[in-house]
Amino acid sequence: MFNSDTIAAIATGMTNSGIGIIRISGIESFAVADRIFVPAKKNQKMKDAESHTIHYGFIKDGEETVDEVMVSVMRSPRSFTTEDTVEINCHGGMLVMNRILQLVIRNGARLAEPGEFTKRAFLNGRIDLSEAEAVIDVISSKNDMALKSSVGQLRGKVSEKVKELRSDIIYEIAFIESALDDPEHISLEGYPEKLLIKVNFLIEIVDNLLQSADSGRIMKEGIKTVIVGKPNAGKSSLLNILAGEEKAIVTDIAGTTRDVLEENINLHGISLNVIDTAGIRDTEDTVEKIGVERARKAALDADLIIYVVDASVPLDDNDRMILEMIRDKKSVILLNKTDLPSVIREDDLLEMAGKDAVMIRTSTKDVTGIDLFENTVKDMFFTGKINPDQEVIITNMRHKEALLHTLESLKQVKISIENQMPEDFYSIDLMSAYTSLGSIIGEEVSDDLVNEIFSKFCMGK
Amino acid sequence: MLKTSGIREKVDVCVVGAGHAGCEAALACARLGLETVIFTVSVDSIALMPCNPNIGGSSKGHLVRELDALGGEMGKNIDKTFIQSKMLNVSKGPAVHSLRAQADKAEYSRAMRKVLENQDHLTIKQAEICELLWEENTDSDDNATKKIVGVKTFTGAIYECRAVVLCTGTYLNARCLCGEAITYTGPNGLMAATHLTDSLKEMGVEMRRFKTGTPARMDRRSIDFSKMEEQFGDERVVPFSFSTNPEDVQIEQASCYLTYTNEKTHEIIRANLDRSPIYAGIIEGTGPRYCPSIEDKVVKFAEKERHQVFMEPEGLHTNEMYVGGMSSSLPEDVQLAMYRTVPGLEHCKIVRNAYAIEYDCINPRQLYPTLRFKDVEGLYSGGQLNGSSGYEEAAVQGFMAGVNAAMYLLSREQIILDRSEAYIGVLIDDLVTKENNEPYRMMTSRAEYRLLLRQDNADLRLREKGYQIGLISEEQYQSLLKKKQMIEEEIHRLKEHTVGASKENQDFLTRHNSSTLKTGSNLAELVCRPELSYEILSEIDPDRPSLPADVIEQVEIEIKYEGYIERQLRQVEQFKKMERKKIPADIDYDSVPSLRIEARQKLKSFHPMSIGQASRISGVSPADVSVLLVYLEQYNRKDKV
Repeated sequence: MFNSDTIAAIATGMTNSGIGIIRISGIESFAVADRIFVPAKKNQKMKDAESHTIHYGFIKDGEETVDEVMVSVMRSPRSFTTEDTVEINCHGGMLVMNRILQLVIRNGARLAEPGEFTKRAFLNGRIDLSEAEAVIDVISSKNDMALKSSVGQLRGKVSEKVKELRSDIIYEIAFIESALDDPEHISLEGYPEKLLIKVNFLIEIVDNLLQSADSGRIMKEGIKTVIVGKPNAGKSSLLNILAGEEKAIVTDIAGTTRDVLEENINLHGISLNVIDTAGIRDTEDTVEKIGVERARKAALDADLIIYVVDASVPLDDNDRMILEMIRDKKSVILLNKTDLPSVIREDDLLEMAGKDAVMIRTSTKDVTGIDLFENTVKDMFFTGKINPDQEVIITNMRHKEALLHTLESLKQVKISIENQMPEDFYSIDLMSAYTSLGSIIGEEVSDDLVNEIFSKFCMGK
Repeated sequence: MLKTSGIREKVDVCVVGAGHAGCEAALACARLGLETVIFTVSVDSIALMPCNPNIGGSSKGHLVRELDALGGEMGKNIDKTFIQSKMLNVSKGPAVHSLRAQADKAEYSRAMRKVLENQDHLTIKQAEICELLWEENTDSDDNATKKIVGVKTFTGAIYECRAVVLCTGTYLNARCLCGEAITYTGPNGLMAATHLTDSLKEMGVEMRRFKTGTPARMDRRSIDFSKMEEQFGDERVVPFSFSTNPEDVQIEQASCYLTYTNEKTHEIIRANLDRSPIYAGIIEGTGPRYCPSIEDKVVKFAEKERHQVFMEPEGLHTNEMYVGGMSSSLPEDVQLAMYRTVPGLEHCKIVRNAYAIEYDCINPRQLYPTLRFKDVEGLYSGGQLNGSSGYEEAAVQGFMAGVNAAMYLLSREQIILDRSEAYIGVLIDDLVTKENNEPYRMMTSRAEYRLLLRQDNADLRLREKGYQIGLISEEQYQSLLKKKQMIEEEIHRLKEHTVGASKENQDFLTRHNSSTLKTGSNLAELVCRPELSYEILSEIDPDRPSLPADVIEQVEIEIKYEGYIERQLRQVEQFKKMERKKIPADIDYDSVPSLRIEARQKLKSFHPMSIGQASRISGVSPADVSVLLVYLEQYNRKDKV
């Protein structure tokens, strides 16, 4: 459970538009705003500002300026939720909005539940009775969706890790609690020292998870980008260049990549979830065939397709098949291996791809054209031509919030041990950590503890 | 059909059963001025302790003190009859300190009987209640279809009344098992009650079957205590009751003894498991996991080389010793062989065999948190019948059921303690809200706000409530107000009293291994330091007022743990918000759109009283709670139109 009852969310859609609004509602709204907003007018505080006024200034993360914004202040009850409300009007980029929202959360608000602003507005008497059912629908459908994506979007390894962490934590709580309930059978002699080692270890794991949340590795987050092309066109080489390390095995032998490789790449702050696929060709090799089939499927779901063409070999039926596949998709064609003598005429290729096609000449061998490619993708993103899945971003933020809470709780346990607090205090914060982690994988506490106590420790009488 | 003897009496309340729950229920009703009859199958078994010879223990001690603060009897009674007392967990935080006293069982029972016998408005009647008398309810405010009008005894006497409190303990259709030998009796060979279950079933009450067990009692002359560790009581005894004078409980105490099972004990048990009624499948009831039989311990914790065995006296005027930690339902011959492998028990003589007992109880989710049956106006239920276990758990429920029966008859508001107010609230909320498939025992881990629910502040938390109910006297209430005031004033003084970085102060800190002051501080901040205490600080605080020990205790705890306490208080605020949102009794869950099917079914069968209670029902998700909140708002606004 979180202490703060002040909520925040991005009020405008999570698309790249000109202006974005981050809304904060609740008792702490003005205090939160004052922690991150530096108005151009010196010494002005939002908590003192008059209702329905708007203020120009900057959002700061410590010393760093995040964005130039307008902040509007609405005092209770004259706002949508009837609570104290702050709206930060910022630049509409996904990255900026994201970053500001995270700052808001770090400074005392919590991420709003799906439909929560509307719910509050209704419960506080702001919305008309006739709209109640619509409100209910919003809450339940948004919750359903959030729940699905919360669990579904989590990478398998991450959810395993979270489960492991939870089972480690509940074991320690159960041990402490069984000793408290049955002090004559179970002793806590020398236990704090052991727990300290354990907690340090847990902190390290949560820290790592948080870092991977930052780099997008915790969720299948980002713009689903699929690299397709014929065998040996240089798809894997491209992935390696983008990832900055050897992820895919690259050989001269066509068909080396037989399965789908997945990598999260941060391109100028834009998160790409890049899938390298087996080269597409008519093949009799069973294993390779499966790979080809998967490549097709991946391409169907993709937000962006990168089609890598080997300029040194002539176009054939396989290319026509691929071009057919990407026709209605956002795509970039890379005319690769331009370091070798070219046999493909660019006009022919463009003609086959359609008039919207973007083509860039590259050489993955000499690493030329890659900058142009990266900038092209960036532009497509910022002009709204490609969009990541909103729900995924929100969910990721929720997970991150939960991990942050977990980390704080574990650090509190550490402080309690170091201050030689009595053992029963440890379990309070361990329990908070356990609950926060549970929210990531969609599990509630219920009777876990009592069950763990009885199954792991022999109680007396 | 049962006969009618022709006797027909009219009273206010009938309490069925005179165990720990029944006694508290009857006393509460009678003390509130209601004509009360308490029925028992045997007057000699009033406040009987058929299992362990102690009161209190971790979290159970909390229950007793809370009960005392509200005006119950158990705390006073154990203070009169204990033979050893210990404060458990003293090396841990104040929230988990808990009192446990060894009782002189016979004296405990006798003393309670005396209180009952001399209570105005209370009549004791030895009789088995066979039938509850009820009518269709036509004017209920909460959809109860039935209304209680009286009870009928086995001999056919009828007692007309508007409220009944059921406290039947383990007596309903009880049977005791000792290996292959089965007797159809209640505990200690007392008569079982074999008719009431049918009457309850006829009223539509859902019954279930639970099981528990007790170890053997031994002749102390046959035990070699030199092979065991002697265990003493505390040097300074703390009384259970806030009204007991602490000087009155500084008595000479009896000892307990600690010994251990060993591999040989376990071998005998393993070799004879097929003769255990549980493992042979004869026992149908569900037993508690927290007080497993020795068979269970050996099977489930096979890696443990030994288990503790506590030899506890059953009283000062008996040679019987209770063998704590070795309850069993194995046959007599196996029991004797197994006990005799334990150091000190080589030549033991068993006075009473260990046995398991099975009994009927209700599914407590048919009750409101007031402990009234949702479907029957005037029918309340407390204690082991509700699926709990333990004397203390029983007593507090009996008390609350009795109080609410009285409130009902007096047309006053029902009393519910919530999870943030008392362990009693946690216990009752768990029973009536959560799925529970074994006898329920109180545990400190079940209380989420336990830093606030300490045994040391039970009076500060609950005396006022007891006063409002009418079971705490004006004088007791005034002394509580005075205590509260002294605590507040002293905390205020400590926070205001600045401590400068004078040489004298710095020397003092250095002497106590505490870091010296860089800037000015105050006394409260110094109390917070783990290496310092209120007591130690007296040296640099010469002007402090002279205060009673219990006031100093509160001051110190509240200052030392302020940060944690404030955090829990904030959580409680959130919790209370949801508790205050009441769900109308006539809500139609089918007309609430968008509830998930599982939630809808659960809510329909439970009829939670508040949104808070609804949120604790398993199968009701946070989204369902949101939907419900919006629906209720809609409902309330329509009401106003």
